[in-house]
Amino acid sequence: MDKMLHVSVSPHIHGKKSTTGIMLDVILALLPASVAGVLLFGLSALWVIATCVVTAVACEALFNLIVKKEQTVGDLSAIVTGLLLALNLPANIPLWQAAVGTLFAIIVVKCIFGGLGHNVVNPAITARVFMLIAFGSMTAAVFPAGVDATAGATPLSVLAKGETVQLMDLFLGKCGGALGETSALALLIGGIYLLARRVISWHIPVSFIGSAFLLSLLVEKGDATAALAWILSGGLFIGAIFMATDYVTSPTTAKGKLIFGIGAGVITVLVRFFGTYPEGVSFAILLMNIVNPYIDSLCTRKVFGGSKK
Amino acid sequence: MPVPRMVTLPTVMHIGKPAIPVVKVGDHVDVGTLIAEQDGLISSPVYASVSGTVKKIADEIISSGARVPAITIESDDAMTVDAAIAPPVVNSKEEFIAAVKKSGIVGLGGAGFPTYVKFMTDKPVDTLVINGAECEPYITSDSLTMVEKAEDIRLAIETADKYMGFDKIIIGIEKNKPEAIAKMKELAAANSKIRVAVLPSIYPQGGEKVLVYHTTGKQIRLGQLPADVGCIVCNSSTMAAIGAYLKTGMPLVERTVTVDGGAVKEPQNVVVPVGTAVGAVFEFCGGFTADPEKVIYGGPMMGVSVPDLDVPVLKHTNALVAFNAKEVKAPKTTACIRCGACVNHCPFGINPPAIAKGLKSGDMEMVIKAGAETCMECGCCEYSCPANRPIVQNNKLAKMALRDYKEKEANA
Repeated sequence: MDKMLHVSVSPHIHGKKSTTGIMLDVILALLPASVAGVLLFGLSALWVIATCVVTAVACEALFNLIVKKEQTVGDLSAIVTGLLLALNLPANIPLWQAAVGTLFAIIVVKCIFGGLGHNVVNPAITARVFMLIAFGSMTAAVFPAGVDATAGATPLSVLAKGETVQLMDLFLGKCGGALGETSALALLIGGIYLLARRVISWHIPVSFIGSAFLLSLLVEKGDATAALAWILSGGLFIGAIFMATDYVTSPTTAKGKLIFGIGAGVITVLVRFFGTYPEGVSFAILLMNIVNPYIDSLCTRKVFGGSKK
Repeated sequence: MPVPRMVTLPTVMHIGKPAIPVVKVGDHVDVGTLIAEQDGLISSPVYASVSGTVKKIADEIISSGARVPAITIESDDAMTVDAAIAPPVVNSKEEFIAAVKKSGIVGLGGAGFPTYVKFMTDKPVDTLVINGAECEPYITSDSLTMVEKAEDIRLAIETADKYMGFDKIIIGIEKNKPEAIAKMKELAAANSKIRVAVLPSIYPQGGEKVLVYHTTGKQIRLGQLPADVGCIVCNSSTMAAIGAYLKTGMPLVERTVTVDGGAVKEPQNVVVPVGTAVGAVFEFCGGFTADPEKVIYGGPMMGVSVPDLDVPVLKHTNALVAFNAKEVKAPKTTACIRCGACVNHCPFGINPPAIAKGLKSGDMEMVIKAGAETCMECGCCEYSCPANRPIVQNNKLAKMALRDYKEKEANA
């Protein structure tokens, strides 16, 4: 026999899941929220999304080119970061600011640390926090067309004053905020898709939103409507479903994920009620990202037939 | 299948020391003639699988990479049975163990551990677990054996039970093998000690530790053998082989092999004389639909890929899987995205990323803590990895590095 056969270490078959496929699922899951953003806030939302996605892909491609790394834009993770960041921005943000924020996310947070899988914190969240500090436009309240903006404030600041908001408006997204964070319905549809595709597990979203709800309930002295309004406002849904569940910066085991989610929920509520910023989701996720390695090392699975080490 | 023209019988078709050839080039042998005798405790004798003339005794490279003597026999096509073959006389535990030892039977499920050693244990064993799980994709040889050789399995169980005195005999079978389950349930109906455990069809159900856990609830700890938790685990095909030997006295010279894979024209189970070149087995199965790109001893999850079609079928080759070009194509390895699929799919709760990290940085304590030694190389981690990282290969390397490390520590 002259022909040599392929020889390799087992296993000789592989599952169908791929990194690119996972990223594609996340993009698909973000589409309802993106569409909702454009419907609610108009075409300007579309320009912000386009700017962020194009900048993200261009930055990663250029970085890889300059440092002579293998091209990685094909894994679609840059698109996910660009899209996620866009959904976290107000629809009227100057496009150059959106581009600068995206550049920060891709170059400073992701590429410099070694690219996909090596970043310590979530690029989109970190960029959002960076922009919150750098650009005044980030804190201005932007309202969907046709929404009464007389109060001139986002639901979170309305709630902070002790006034009430319409729960159904919050659920559908007819309220002020970032272009992709307001419609809890659209985000939930995406979240259910990710769960069904087994891209994410329920642990982080449920423990994050659940702990935020319970703590809000406590602070609001048992007023369930108010507590519901709190969790439907701001970036809690997009954060809990799409950003806190980022594989790279969240724990791998179920137990770790629950701790991560509860930690993020607690910090969110603390910032919202007792901090100077109206919104705490970004800070909560960022802080939990930083302690993530410790959570992970504390929550390893028990090895079969061994004692817990 | 037709009598092969030539068989090559390596002196290592088991875990342990090579057997020592006792024939010379030019000797005439019959089916069942001893050609290499056992050397030491963990070893197994080799018998001629065809009648004919010893053509060559030379070193061959076996799947582990080691060079061991192999005996090549040219067949005379007569398949004359050795005149000395007679059923063994078994009237005591010692005689039972001696018979299994002499039969040359090793773990036929793929591991190839000399079977008699398991029965020699001085630890108190009360349970015989028969492994009919057969969890690897493609393979059906155990299940077919349970259907067709149920009588041999019964004889082996009864004889083993008579001299070993088990309390419980559990036959574990995955639920996707209803025919085998039905046949084994017939055995159970006639013997109150026997119980058929119908298990979910989840890989790696047939892993020894997994099977013992799922049938008895007992955990075999790191460094322990099944006997440490009172169990002896034997593959169903191994039991059938023991039964056949007790009945006829013909040692292990042939076995049932599943031939499958996208490159095979007529996939089927074939009874093959041990030592037959895999190429001849494929030829019997209609040849190939397209050039095979990869041929595997065993299943695709844990099987060993072979370099060419001249390698022989071994005692513990339960399947031959030939992949075509499309099946061989593996996705590219990309960066770990910490998705946790490997961690969450490991049946033993091992942490592969931590093993990789520890190995890379030389932190062997980290490798130990991550559970590297417990790894059975089932491949669930790598199968589930979206980045297609070579996790099993890495775990194997880690285990080797760990062996060196422990040796050094012991000497220091």
